[in-house]
Amino acid sequence: MNPQRSFVTIADLSREKILYLIRMAEEFEAFPNRDLLKNRIVATLFFEPSTRTRLSFETAANRLGAKVIGFTDPKVTSSTKGETLKDTIMMVSNYADVIVMRHYLEGAAQYASEVSPVPVVNAGDGANQHPSQTMLDLYSIYKTQGRLDDLNILLVGDLKYGRTVHSLLMAMRHFNPTFHFIAPKELAMPEEYKVYCREHGIRYEEHEDFNADVIAKADILYMTRVQRERFTDLMEYERVKDVYILRAAMLNKARENMKILHPLPRVNEIAYDVDNDPHAYYFEQARNGLYARQAIISDVLGFTLEDVQNNKLQL
Amino acid sequence: MKRQELMVAAIENGTVIDHIPSNKLFQVVSLLGLEHLKTAVMVGYNLPSAKMGLKSIIKVDGKYFSDEELNTLSVVAPNVTLCIIKDYEVVEKKCVTLPTTITGIVKCNNPKCITNNEPMQTRFVLTDAEAGTLQCQYCKKEQPLENVKLTSKISI
Repeated sequence: MNPQRSFVTIADLSREKILYLIRMAEEFEAFPNRDLLKNRIVATLFFEPSTRTRLSFETAANRLGAKVIGFTDPKVTSSTKGETLKDTIMMVSNYADVIVMRHYLEGAAQYASEVSPVPVVNAGDGANQHPSQTMLDLYSIYKTQGRLDDLNILLVGDLKYGRTVHSLLMAMRHFNPTFHFIAPKELAMPEEYKVYCREHGIRYEEHEDFNADVIAKADILYMTRVQRERFTDLMEYERVKDVYILRAAMLNKARENMKILHPLPRVNEIAYDVDNDPHAYYFEQARNGLYARQAIISDVLGFTLEDVQNNKLQL
Repeated sequence: MKRQELMVAAIENGTVIDHIPSNKLFQVVSLLGLEHLKTAVMVGYNLPSAKMGLKSIIKVDGKYFSDEELNTLSVVAPNVTLCIIKDYEVVEKKCVTLPTTITGIVKCNNPKCITNNEPMQTRFVLTDAEAGTLQCQYCKKEQPLENVKLTSKISI
């Protein structure tokens, strides 16, 4: 059992640990191709499909010299025959040094980390947590702003169901942020997260309007998708669906350092005319996921920042 | 001795669990695993109570429970009173206290939680003692203590 090395939730990470993983990601960005994980095997178990996350993790492992095994579709596994998650984890841990797992049930990663003899990396467990996404968001913020402290962060769109915004909010508690929540009433930030903000001294303001004046306050503009299926009242969806679309014309008062993030995939919430704007950062953000995940995999396998700094041998 | 208690025979040595809300009686029975005991157990159900309207009482002969066992009762019946009986005398009175971590007793009310889909024990932490809020340590969803359901292993 080695649960303390697993990477299950962002909520427990200290300020120091977050900054440490960011330092590690910086090292990997400078030299992405290494032999640090030569002779190691990374298992990627995707109990629900997620092409983007899987490719990012598998690229991270491959660029570190590891070999990758796993499945991308649970239909081909014994879980369809009624095998328990525990049994699957025990079986795979005989073969792999680390398990990267995506699961449709909430809390699956925590449980896997408790039963697994090898470290488990949570690649998303239902609506609960997606901590590697948060690490890459933090790394993107750090890279573009030069710091994580004292930033104004606008969260826009679906703040009710969007787990990325919830995790980001919790991770930023160490860094004295000011949040601005911009969402339709039906998808407003849940009360429990506002309580969390108050308990942790995080300042926040709520807005329903999304315009150039609000954007002018931002260092980071974090966009999310407003999904039709989240609405019980489709009239309400029709009313708000175009209100939270970011267009290039709305950026005329934006701060110079402001960057636009989005966990992707986007549908229509960022107009295509924003893509060429210097504030747009969402595609680079996705690339940062590679370095963040290289750092996460190396860390759970027990490699230190010093090990990473001393391993610059290119593959 | 009060009249209600006389409706259930006195015990020489053992434990009396009093002031159980009547609708919680059978949950208390299963939480303490009384159905597996070999000693005498006397149950008074729907007894009149000045304080509670109707209450239930359980007298377990020749058996003392650990504080840990008794504290599990706080999940369903936080206001029970416990009397430890020796030689027909009450030698100690106790109240139950809610443990900060509750393992294997409470069912998570989130159907998408791993604990409802895998043969495993649940684990809850008391996040707000005043409001009585429990948080599942797997899916992180919170639920109020007043309407918890027990896991199928012990609920009836």
